[in-house]
Amino acid sequence: MLNSSLLQLGAALRSKKISSIELTQLYLHRIAALNSKLNAYITINEEMSLVQARAADVQLAQSKTHALTGIPIAQKDIFCAMGWRTTCGSKMLSNFIAPYDAHVIEQFNRVGAVNLGKTNMDEFAMGSSNETSYFGNVKNPWNNNAVPGGSSGGSAAAVSARLCAAATGTDTGGSIRQPAALCGISGLKPTYGVVSRYGMIAFASSLDQAGPMAHSAEDLALLLNVMAGFDERDSTSLQRETEDYARDLNKPLNGLRIGLPKEFFAAGLSADVAQAIEASIAEYKKLGASVVDISLPNSRLSIPVYYVLAPAEASSNLSRYDGVRYGYRAPEYTNLADMYEKSRAQGFGEEVKRRIMIGTYVLSHGYYDAYYLQAQKIRRLIAQDFVEAFKQCDVIMGPTTPTTAFNLAEKNDDPVQMYLSDIYTIAVNLAGLPGMSIPAGFGGNGLPVGLQIIGNYFDEARMLNVAHQYQQVTDWHTRTPQHIEV
Amino acid sequence: MSLSINDVYKVARLARLGMTEQEAQTAHAQLLTIFGLIAEMQAVDTNGIAPMSHAQDISQRLREDVVTEHNQRELFQAAAPQIKEGLYLVPQVIE
Repeated sequence: MLNSSLLQLGAALRSKKISSIELTQLYLHRIAALNSKLNAYITINEEMSLVQARAADVQLAQSKTHALTGIPIAQKDIFCAMGWRTTCGSKMLSNFIAPYDAHVIEQFNRVGAVNLGKTNMDEFAMGSSNETSYFGNVKNPWNNNAVPGGSSGGSAAAVSARLCAAATGTDTGGSIRQPAALCGISGLKPTYGVVSRYGMIAFASSLDQAGPMAHSAEDLALLLNVMAGFDERDSTSLQRETEDYARDLNKPLNGLRIGLPKEFFAAGLSADVAQAIEASIAEYKKLGASVVDISLPNSRLSIPVYYVLAPAEASSNLSRYDGVRYGYRAPEYTNLADMYEKSRAQGFGEEVKRRIMIGTYVLSHGYYDAYYLQAQKIRRLIAQDFVEAFKQCDVIMGPTTPTTAFNLAEKNDDPVQMYLSDIYTIAVNLAGLPGMSIPAGFGGNGLPVGLQIIGNYFDEARMLNVAHQYQQVTDWHTRTPQHIEV
Repeated sequence: MSLSINDVYKVARLARLGMTEQEAQTAHAQLLTIFGLIAEMQAVDTNGIAPMSHAQDISQRLREDVVTEHNQRELFQAAAPQIKEGLYLVPQVIE
């Protein structure tokens, strides 16, 4: 059951081989046994999950079902879910019970999926190792000394260790793709605007995008079918025709043109990751694809640009945490300003404060043009590189990360080294393009390698097709970590 | 880049982040490293390039001017640190 696809689980539920209550309990028991080791979940609420499972079983009995009815899904703790503690990995929200549902949560509720729990994450999604969480770091199921990646590290670890059927994540600079790569699972960041941000706690609003994390491209397609869609409550939600993201899964790849950016294979890429990626490109050639050498000349600038724009947006978004309407308030203070300063100093962790400082500085008087405006101009250059590249190819491929998972505490004291681990993913967010990561083998240390697939705007169905065809002829995505007692 | 320790205090005040002297010194050192990384941007010629503020070139959607929300004061104030008779309590600001 634990290694079944979502389609197989759905079939088992509809044929009454297993009930949603039984399936939910199966995962809850696994979480009870393994979460103390992995720390993938921040909040479990057995009672609320089982209420949903019971309701799903009623729907299943009446045959009023959707592909995901009764299936337990882990939700990143960035999505407000009514009645659930929603912390965003922060002390600031450690006691916040969400009074409403995010659009993503509503969509899963609507089809009768079960909310299995809230997964651990870097505080306010700021981090690449899940070590900035107020609730402690998550361990990589493949090696408990290694990080799971971040910021959606809890979701990635939960999918990898079979502590849920699938999960959600969000990706501002690589936060779905990087942990998916490091934990050996599949993850997709859709085109900006495809999934509503309503009720998803804001980090950098022009970059944040939610997406699915699962075992396979086929599972991702089913999840995206539920998550995507217009929502008038998000002013950047796009009004588009409803798509079936699974429609092209079985198309052959004959004639597919794969662009390989030379900048993604240059210095900084570790040899074992390069080798795994080259082997997967060779596999694609066997499937009928051809390879085109392309260049994204401004991609090297994506890290400096990102570390101006994302903190600028974050410093504005996080100004709402003032200890007045909700969230943490310091126990002692002398006046209003002191209450703000103490509440924020005590409620936010180091990385969050660092980014608020960067953002406040680059937006402050006298520095706006030199930093913020310059970064926005280079953002356009980075986006234009992709426009040029997609004139020559259908999808772009490369490594998701420069190395396999690094060790816990390895990059903790050096923010710049930590920031560089997102070198291949950030440009995609700046351009607003869809990107995904799928398992593509293992590095020298036995840890998973992720293949990144970048598509043109709204080309998710093709990317899922490209990923699915690879997963038909390889079995990397079916490998499970040892010691997780499947 | 010449970010001084006084700049750090000024920015912390603007951001309403309380900071001890030691925290400010650590922040100063780290911000200098990060702005070292960001400095690479300054050499790029961006003359004539329009700033890109958003991934999609779309204009803001407007909606009918009608009531869409109903009063949920009690529900929303349940999450507040301190309330009294439906009001949020903060330290006195007017003498």
